[in-house]
Amino acid sequence: MRVRRLAAISAAIALIAATAPVLAVEPDEVLADPALEARAREISRDLRCVVCQSQSIDDSNAPLAKDMRLLVRERLVAGDSDKEIYAFMVARYGDYVLLEPPVQGNTILLWAAPALIFLVAAFSAGAYLVSMQRADDRKREKAAADKGDGAW
Amino acid sequence: MKRLVLFAPLILFALLGVYFAIGLQRDPSRIPSVLIDRPLPAFDLPPIEGAEKGFASSDLEGRVALINIFGSWCASCLIEHPVLMEISRTEDVLLAGLDWKDPNGGGRRWLDLHGNPYDFVGDDADGRVAIDFGVTGAPETFIVDRNGRIRHKHVGPITMRVWRTELRPLIQMLEREGEGA
Repeated sequence: MRVRRLAAISAAIALIAATAPVLAVEPDEVLADPALEARAREISRDLRCVVCQSQSIDDSNAPLAKDMRLLVRERLVAGDSDKEIYAFMVARYGDYVLLEPPVQGNTILLWAAPALIFLVAAFSAGAYLVSMQRADDRKREKAAADKGDGAW
Repeated sequence: MKRLVLFAPLILFALLGVYFAIGLQRDPSRIPSVLIDRPLPAFDLPPIEGAEKGFASSDLEGRVALINIFGSWCASCLIEHPVLMEISRTEDVLLAGLDWKDPNGGGRRWLDLHGNPYDFVGDDADGRVAIDFGVTGAPETFIVDRNGRIRHKHVGPITMRVWRTELRPLIQMLEREGEGA
């Protein structure tokens, strides 16, 4: 009895473990060549679903995202490089379609901001510490001078 | 000088406040089109069910045209359609329709039911031409000049107000532009 129950429970656990996470990619889209399919998945993760906007086309169930996934796979099969596929999408939807903005003139501030903010913060902190140090030194000098006065 | 430094955080805060106040007023769903001033993508779409002529990019050669992307499944198109009917009745403008992913004769029934304002209608069954236009949803409308360049994109339904204030003046300007050349 006990063995049976144990077997049932392990079977249930095995079944749950065997289910794949829910994917937007539908079986009829998947390419026969696993290497190409892997590239398609990677590219799809970097392309924005222009309907849902905060999801990649790899995550989205929107019909337009499906069309775009199919298009990515079609271009891959036709022999396009990853770069050519990104360029193809950017030519139609603009840089907006890339989930990671490219480093260029109008995004340089965006990319440089963390480093700039760090530098400003480091500089202000440094200036503050130096001024504290100076104030401390002055106090100590004064104390030493006062002591000297007293001893005199 | 020291006083001024004390005010720095407040000034910084005010600047950020202004920046975000402007940013929050903007509609994040409006994606600027990269196709403005670029040539119309080349396409040759078959006719919708029961029609004889389709819609190819070469149909528009040398003409100012309004290209409207619609679908019988699109709710906002229902709001827009009477405006397109009115335009086709009263104005001398070339109207072209792109029936976007409308299987099982949806486009045919739509035009039978609501009237056909278009000079050309193409059936974009797999949605590839819509992607070439960078379409993100229906309805969307493009204005093309005589040289086959996309000059304007309107997202969402055309209302009478949009037509009078945005599209008609532009089309009239483009018509004149062509005459001068």
